[in-house]
Amino acid sequence: MNPYLAGVLLGLVLLGAMVLSGRGLGASGGIKYCVVSVVGTVSQEHAATAEYYSKYFQDGNNPINNWLVFQIMGMLLGGFISGVVSGRLTWKIEKSPKISDSRRLLLAFLGGVFFVYGGQMARGCTSGAALSGMAVLTTAGFVTMITIFGSGYLFAWFFRKNWI
Amino acid sequence: MAPILTSSETAGFINLLSAFLVGTGFGFALEQGGFSSSRKLAGMFYGYDTTVLKVFFTAAIVAMIGSRILSSLDLLDMDLVFHNHYYIGPAIIGGIIMGAGFIMGGFCPGTGISAAAIGKIDAFVFLLGGGIGAFLFAETYPLIQDFMDSGYRGPVKLSAALGLSDTVFIFGVTVIAAGMFWIAEKAEKKFARPDINSEL
Repeated sequence: MNPYLAGVLLGLVLLGAMVLSGRGLGASGGIKYCVVSVVGTVSQEHAATAEYYSKYFQDGNNPINNWLVFQIMGMLLGGFISGVVSGRLTWKIEKSPKISDSRRLLLAFLGGVFFVYGGQMARGCTSGAALSGMAVLTTAGFVTMITIFGSGYLFAWFFRKNWI
Repeated sequence: MAPILTSSETAGFINLLSAFLVGTGFGFALEQGGFSSSRKLAGMFYGYDTTVLKVFFTAAIVAMIGSRILSSLDLLDMDLVFHNHYYIGPAIIGGIIMGAGFIMGGFCPGTGISAAAIGKIDAFVFLLGGGIGAFLFAETYPLIQDFMDSGYRGPVKLSAALGLSDTVFIFGVTVIAAGMFWIAEKAEKKFARPDINSEL
Protein backbone atom coordinates (compact mmCIF):
# COMPACT_ATOMS: atom_id res chain seq x y z
CA MET A 1 0.00 0.00 0.00
CA ASN A 2 1.17 3.56 -0.66
CA PRO A 3 2.91 4.66 2.56
CA TYR A 4 0.97 7.90 2.89
CA LEU A 5 -2.29 6.00 2.46
CA ALA A 6 -1.16 3.42 5.03
CA GLY A 7 -0.34 6.34 7.32
CA VAL A 8 -3.88 7.68 6.97
CA LEU A 9 -5.23 4.22 7.78
CA LEU A 10 -2.96 3.93 10.84
CA GLY A 11 -3.97 7.43 11.96
CA LEU A 12 -7.64 6.51 11.68
CA VAL A 13 -7.08 3.36 13.75
CA LEU A 14 -5.37 5.48 16.41
CA LEU A 15 -8.20 8.02 16.32
CA GLY A 16 -10.64 5.11 16.60
CA ALA A 17 -8.86 3.87 19.74
CA MET A 18 -9.10 7.36 21.25
CA VAL A 19 -12.82 7.67 20.43
CA LEU A 20 -13.65 4.14 21.49
CA SER A 21 -11.81 3.91 24.77
CA GLY A 22 -9.75 7.05 25.36
CA ARG A 23 -6.52 5.17 24.83
CA GLY A 24 -3.81 5.16 22.22
CA LEU A 25 -2.06 2.23 20.59
CA GLY A 26 0.56 0.15 22.33
CA ALA A 27 2.76 -2.86 21.79
CA SER A 28 5.51 -3.14 24.39
CA GLY A 29 2.99 -2.89 27.25
CA GLY A 30 1.25 -6.05 26.06
CA ILE A 31 4.61 -7.86 25.97
CA LYS A 32 5.25 -6.75 29.55
CA TYR A 33 1.89 -8.09 30.78
CA CYS A 34 2.60 -11.44 29.12
CA VAL A 35 5.99 -11.61 30.85
CA VAL A 36 4.51 -10.62 34.20
CA SER A 37 1.91 -13.36 33.80
CA VAL A 38 4.60 -15.95 32.99
CA VAL A 39 6.63 -14.89 36.04
CA GLY A 40 3.49 -15.23 38.16
CA THR A 41 2.97 -18.77 36.84
CA VAL A 42 6.58 -19.86 37.29
CA SER A 43 7.12 -18.36 40.73
CA GLN A 44 4.08 -17.19 42.63
CA GLU A 45 6.29 -16.32 45.54
CA HIS A 46 8.56 -14.01 43.55
CA ALA A 47 5.58 -12.31 41.90
CA ALA A 48 3.91 -11.74 45.25
CA THR A 49 6.95 -10.39 47.08
CA ALA A 50 8.78 -8.34 44.46
CA GLU A 51 7.25 -4.89 44.47
CA TYR A 52 7.37 -4.52 40.70
CA TYR A 53 5.22 -7.61 40.06
CA SER A 54 2.91 -7.62 43.05
CA LYS A 55 0.85 -4.66 41.88
CA TYR A 56 -0.24 -6.65 38.81
CA PHE A 57 -1.64 -9.49 40.91
CA GLN A 58 -3.69 -7.47 43.38
CA ASP A 59 -7.24 -8.66 44.09
CA GLY A 60 -6.57 -11.97 42.37
CA ASN A 61 -6.15 -10.30 38.97
CA ASN A 62 -4.54 -12.21 36.16
CA PRO A 63 -2.39 -9.75 34.21
CA ILE A 64 -3.13 -11.62 30.99
CA ASN A 65 -6.72 -10.24 31.02
CA ASN A 66 -5.53 -6.84 30.03
CA TRP A 67 -6.42 -4.30 27.34
CA LEU A 68 -2.88 -4.25 25.99
CA VAL A 69 -2.60 -8.03 25.81
CA PHE A 70 -5.83 -8.31 23.83
CA GLN A 71 -4.61 -5.53 21.59
CA ILE A 72 -1.45 -7.40 20.63
CA MET A 73 -3.49 -10.56 20.02
CA GLY A 74 -5.59 -8.49 17.63
CA MET A 75 -2.40 -7.19 16.02
CA LEU A 76 -1.32 -10.73 15.18
CA LEU A 77 -4.69 -11.37 13.49
CA GLY A 78 -4.66 -8.01 11.67
CA GLY A 79 -1.10 -8.49 10.45
CA PHE A 80 -1.97 -12.03 9.34
CA ILE A 81 -5.05 -10.85 7.40
CA SER A 82 -2.96 -8.16 5.70
CA GLY A 83 -0.33 -10.78 4.82
CA VAL A 84 -3.02 -13.00 3.28
CA VAL A 85 -4.56 -10.10 1.33
CA SER A 86 -1.19 -8.97 -0.03
CA GLY A 87 0.28 -12.46 -0.50
CA ARG A 88 3.17 -11.95 1.92
CA LEU A 89 2.78 -14.97 4.19
CA THR A 90 6.03 -16.90 4.29
CA TRP A 91 8.36 -18.42 6.87
CA LYS A 92 11.67 -16.68 6.46
CA ILE A 93 14.58 -14.93 8.12
CA GLU A 94 14.80 -11.56 6.44
CA LYS A 95 18.35 -10.25 6.26
CA SER A 96 21.03 -8.74 4.10
CA PRO A 97 22.66 -11.42 1.90
CA LYS A 98 26.00 -10.28 3.33
CA ILE A 99 25.34 -11.63 6.82
CA SER A 100 24.58 -15.09 8.19
CA ASP A 101 21.26 -16.26 9.61
CA SER A 102 22.74 -16.65 13.08
CA ARG A 103 24.16 -13.12 13.04
CA ARG A 104 20.76 -11.73 12.02
CA LEU A 105 18.96 -13.69 14.72
CA LEU A 106 21.45 -12.68 17.42
CA LEU A 107 21.04 -9.00 16.54
CA ALA A 108 17.25 -9.36 16.34
CA PHE A 109 17.29 -10.89 19.84
CA LEU A 110 19.53 -8.15 21.28
CA GLY A 111 17.47 -5.49 19.54
CA GLY A 112 14.35 -6.85 21.22
CA VAL A 113 16.03 -6.85 24.64
CA PHE A 114 17.16 -3.24 24.25
CA PHE A 115 13.93 -1.98 22.71
CA VAL A 116 11.55 -3.32 25.32
CA TYR A 117 13.88 -2.45 28.22
CA GLY A 118 14.07 1.14 26.93
CA GLY A 119 10.35 1.11 26.25
CA GLN A 120 9.61 0.20 29.85
CA MET A 121 11.91 2.96 31.01
CA ALA A 122 10.26 5.56 28.79
CA ARG A 123 6.82 4.22 29.77
CA GLY A 124 5.98 3.33 26.18
CA CYS A 125 7.62 2.51 22.87
CA THR A 126 7.23 3.85 19.33
CA SER A 127 3.48 3.23 19.40
CA GLY A 128 2.49 3.80 23.01
CA ALA A 129 4.71 6.75 23.86
CA ALA A 130 5.84 8.32 20.59
CA LEU A 131 2.93 7.92 18.15
CA SER A 132 0.04 7.97 20.63
CA GLY A 133 1.72 10.75 22.62
CA MET A 134 2.24 12.91 19.54
CA ALA A 135 -1.41 12.45 18.60
CA VAL A 136 -2.41 14.11 21.89
CA LEU A 137 0.48 16.64 21.58
CA THR A 138 2.32 15.58 24.74
CA THR A 139 5.91 16.64 25.36
CA ALA A 140 6.64 13.02 26.35
CA GLY A 141 5.42 11.88 22.92
CA PHE A 142 7.62 14.27 20.95
CA VAL A 143 10.69 13.75 23.16
CA THR A 144 10.40 9.96 22.91
CA MET A 145 9.99 10.14 19.11
CA ILE A 146 13.02 12.42 18.71
CA THR A 147 15.25 10.35 21.00
CA ILE A 148 14.30 6.99 19.40
CA PHE A 149 15.02 8.18 15.87
CA GLY A 150 17.95 10.40 16.86
CA SER A 151 19.57 7.49 18.67
CA GLY A 152 18.89 5.23 15.68
CA TYR A 153 20.85 7.61 13.46
CA LEU A 154 23.57 7.91 16.09
CA PHE A 155 24.14 4.15 16.21
CA ALA A 156 23.41 3.47 12.52
CA TRP A 157 27.06 3.81 11.52
CA PHE A 158 28.17 1.08 13.94
CA PHE A 159 25.63 -1.43 12.63
CA ARG A 160 25.75 -0.48 8.93
CA LYS A 161 27.34 -3.75 7.81
CA ASN A 162 24.26 -5.63 8.94
CA TRP A 163 21.98 -3.65 6.67
CA ILE A 164 23.84 -2.07 3.74
CA MET B 1 -19.71 12.20 23.91
CA ALA B 2 -16.70 10.00 23.25
CA PRO B 3 -14.70 8.18 24.57
CA ILE B 4 -17.52 5.68 24.33
CA LEU B 5 -16.11 3.09 26.72
CA THR B 6 -14.65 4.01 30.05
CA SER B 7 -12.91 1.23 31.89
CA SER B 8 -14.75 1.84 35.14
CA GLU B 9 -18.24 1.51 33.64
CA THR B 10 -17.76 -0.95 30.81
CA ALA B 11 -18.02 -4.68 31.26
CA GLY B 12 -14.64 -6.38 31.06
CA PHE B 13 -15.66 -8.46 28.08
CA ILE B 14 -16.67 -5.44 25.93
CA ASN B 15 -13.49 -3.63 26.89
CA LEU B 16 -11.27 -6.54 25.89
CA LEU B 17 -13.21 -7.07 22.66
CA SER B 18 -12.64 -3.42 21.74
CA ALA B 19 -8.94 -3.87 22.49
CA PHE B 20 -8.86 -6.86 20.16
CA LEU B 21 -10.61 -4.91 17.37
CA VAL B 22 -8.31 -1.89 17.74
CA GLY B 23 -5.34 -4.27 17.67
CA THR B 24 -6.62 -5.96 14.51
CA GLY B 25 -6.79 -2.59 12.74
CA PHE B 26 -3.38 -1.65 14.12
CA GLY B 27 -1.70 -4.85 12.95
CA PHE B 28 -3.38 -4.61 9.54
CA ALA B 29 -2.30 -0.98 9.04
CA LEU B 30 1.30 -1.69 10.09
CA GLU B 31 1.62 -4.66 7.76
CA GLN B 32 0.01 -2.76 4.87
CA GLY B 33 2.45 0.09 5.50
CA GLY B 34 5.33 -2.29 4.84
CA PHE B 35 6.39 -2.38 8.50
CA SER B 36 6.68 -6.16 8.49
CA SER B 37 10.07 -5.84 6.77
CA SER B 38 13.09 -5.07 8.94
CA ARG B 39 15.21 -4.12 5.93
CA LYS B 40 12.56 -1.61 4.87
CA LEU B 41 12.40 -0.17 8.40
CA ALA B 42 16.19 0.03 8.65
CA GLY B 43 16.23 1.93 5.34
CA MET B 44 15.07 4.93 7.34
CA PHE B 45 18.49 5.16 8.96
CA TYR B 46 20.50 4.74 5.75
CA GLY B 47 18.23 6.74 3.44
CA TYR B 48 17.35 4.04 0.90
CA ASP B 49 13.77 3.70 2.13
CA THR B 50 11.89 6.30 4.17
CA THR B 51 8.56 4.50 4.53
CA VAL B 52 8.85 4.76 8.33
CA LEU B 53 8.82 8.55 8.27
CA LYS B 54 5.95 8.74 5.78
CA VAL B 55 3.65 6.29 7.57
CA PHE B 56 4.52 7.45 11.09
CA PHE B 57 4.10 11.18 10.56
CA THR B 58 1.04 10.84 8.33
CA ALA B 59 -0.60 8.73 11.05
CA ALA B 60 0.34 11.18 13.82
CA ILE B 61 -1.02 14.14 11.84
CA VAL B 62 -4.27 12.38 10.91
CA ALA B 63 -4.87 11.51 14.57
CA MET B 64 -3.92 15.03 15.75
CA ILE B 65 -6.18 16.80 13.27
CA GLY B 66 -8.98 14.26 13.67
CA SER B 67 -9.05 14.50 17.44
CA ARG B 68 -8.80 18.32 17.28
CA ILE B 69 -11.83 18.44 14.96
CA LEU B 70 -13.85 15.98 17.06
CA SER B 71 -13.06 17.84 20.26
CA SER B 72 -13.94 21.25 18.79
CA LEU B 73 -17.30 19.77 17.69
CA ASP B 74 -17.77 18.54 21.29
CA LEU B 75 -17.81 14.95 20.06
CA LEU B 76 -14.65 13.88 21.92
CA ASP B 77 -13.66 14.92 25.43
CA MET B 78 -9.88 15.15 25.28
CA ASP B 79 -9.71 15.33 29.09
CA LEU B 80 -10.78 11.68 29.12
CA VAL B 81 -8.16 10.63 26.56
CA PHE B 82 -4.91 9.36 28.06
CA HIS B 83 -1.98 11.79 27.90
CA ASN B 84 1.36 10.18 28.65
CA HIS B 85 3.29 11.65 31.55
CA TYR B 86 6.65 13.26 31.01
CA TYR B 87 9.60 12.12 33.14
CA ILE B 88 12.56 13.92 31.57
CA GLY B 89 15.43 11.49 32.24
CA PRO B 90 13.55 8.21 31.71
CA ALA B 91 11.96 9.49 28.46
CA ILE B 92 15.33 10.54 27.03
CA ILE B 93 17.47 7.61 28.21
CA GLY B 94 14.68 5.15 27.42
CA GLY B 95 14.41 6.63 23.93
CA ILE B 96 18.15 6.31 23.36
CA ILE B 97 18.11 2.65 24.44
CA MET B 98 15.15 2.05 22.14
CA GLY B 99 16.98 3.65 19.20
CA ALA B 100 19.93 1.30 19.77
CA GLY B 101 17.49 -1.62 19.84
CA PHE B 102 15.89 -0.38 16.63
CA ILE B 103 19.14 -0.34 14.64
CA MET B 104 20.20 -3.74 16.00
CA GLY B 105 16.90 -5.54 15.62
CA GLY B 106 15.34 -3.66 12.74
CA PHE B 107 11.96 -3.65 14.44
CA CYS B 108 10.11 -1.85 17.17
CA PRO B 109 7.69 -3.93 19.27
CA GLY B 110 4.63 -3.07 17.14
CA THR B 111 6.32 -3.72 13.82
CA GLY B 112 7.89 -6.88 15.25
CA ILE B 113 4.42 -8.22 16.04
CA SER B 114 3.13 -7.38 12.54
CA ALA B 115 6.18 -9.11 11.02
CA ALA B 116 5.78 -12.20 13.22
CA ALA B 117 2.15 -12.34 12.05
CA ILE B 118 3.27 -13.03 8.47
CA GLY B 119 5.94 -15.55 9.46
CA LYS B 120 9.19 -13.59 9.80
CA ILE B 121 11.35 -15.79 12.03
CA ASP B 122 13.69 -12.91 12.92
CA ALA B 123 10.63 -11.06 14.24
CA PHE B 124 9.74 -13.96 16.57
CA VAL B 125 13.32 -13.87 17.88
CA PHE B 126 13.07 -10.08 18.30
CA LEU B 127 9.88 -10.50 20.34
CA LEU B 128 11.51 -13.23 22.44
CA GLY B 129 14.32 -10.77 23.15
CA GLY B 130 11.62 -8.20 23.96
CA GLY B 131 10.17 -10.52 26.58
CA ILE B 132 13.62 -10.91 28.11
CA GLY B 133 13.99 -7.11 28.05
CA ALA B 134 10.72 -6.73 29.97
CA PHE B 135 11.89 -9.37 32.46
CA LEU B 136 15.27 -7.65 32.94
CA PHE B 137 13.49 -4.34 33.47
CA ALA B 138 11.26 -5.83 36.16
CA GLU B 139 14.22 -7.48 37.90
CA THR B 140 16.40 -4.35 37.77
CA TYR B 141 13.52 -2.03 38.70
CA PRO B 142 14.55 -1.68 42.38
CA LEU B 143 17.98 -0.43 41.21
CA ILE B 144 16.59 2.27 38.93
CA GLN B 145 13.43 3.17 40.83
CA ASP B 146 14.75 6.56 41.96
CA PHE B 147 15.76 7.40 38.42
CA MET B 148 12.36 6.25 37.11
CA ASP B 149 10.57 8.69 39.41
CA SER B 150 12.91 11.61 38.69
CA GLY B 151 12.29 14.67 36.54
CA TYR B 152 8.50 14.35 36.70
CA ARG B 153 6.62 17.00 34.72
CA GLY B 154 3.19 15.39 34.42
CA PRO B 155 1.00 14.93 31.32
CA VAL B 156 2.19 18.19 29.80
CA LYS B 157 1.51 19.15 26.21
CA LEU B 158 4.29 20.49 24.00
CA SER B 159 1.88 23.02 22.50
CA ALA B 160 1.28 24.51 25.96
CA ALA B 161 4.99 24.40 26.82
CA LEU B 162 5.70 26.42 23.67
CA GLY B 163 2.86 28.82 24.44
CA LEU B 164 0.96 27.92 21.27
CA SER B 165 -2.69 27.06 20.79
CA ASP B 166 -3.24 23.41 19.85
CA THR B 167 -4.49 24.42 16.39
CA VAL B 168 -1.44 26.56 15.60
CA PHE B 169 0.85 23.85 16.96
CA ILE B 170 -0.78 21.14 14.82
CA PHE B 171 -0.52 23.40 11.77
CA GLY B 172 3.20 23.87 12.51
CA VAL B 173 3.81 20.12 12.90
CA THR B 174 1.99 19.51 9.61
CA VAL B 175 4.16 22.05 7.77
CA ILE B 176 7.34 20.52 9.27
CA ALA B 177 6.16 17.03 8.29
CA ALA B 178 5.48 18.17 4.73
CA GLY B 179 9.04 19.51 4.59
CA MET B 180 10.38 16.20 5.92
CA PHE B 181 8.35 14.24 3.33
CA TRP B 182 9.91 16.39 0.59
CA ILE B 183 13.42 15.73 1.94
CA ALA B 184 12.61 12.01 2.34
CA GLU B 185 11.55 11.68 -1.31
CA LYS B 186 14.84 13.33 -2.35
CA ALA B 187 16.85 11.13 0.03
CA GLU B 188 15.33 7.94 -1.37
CA LYS B 189 16.65 8.90 -4.81
CA LYS B 190 20.04 10.01 -3.58
CA PHE B 191 20.67 7.00 -1.33
CA ALA B 192 18.79 4.47 -3.48
CA ARG B 193 20.18 0.94 -3.24
CA PRO B 194 18.74 -0.92 -6.24
CA ASP B 195 20.19 -4.18 -4.88
CA ILE B 196 18.31 -3.78 -1.60
CA ASN B 197 15.21 -1.93 -2.83
CA SER B 198 14.54 -4.62 -5.44
CA GLU B 199 14.33 -7.23 -2.66
CA LEU B 200 11.89 -5.31 -0.47
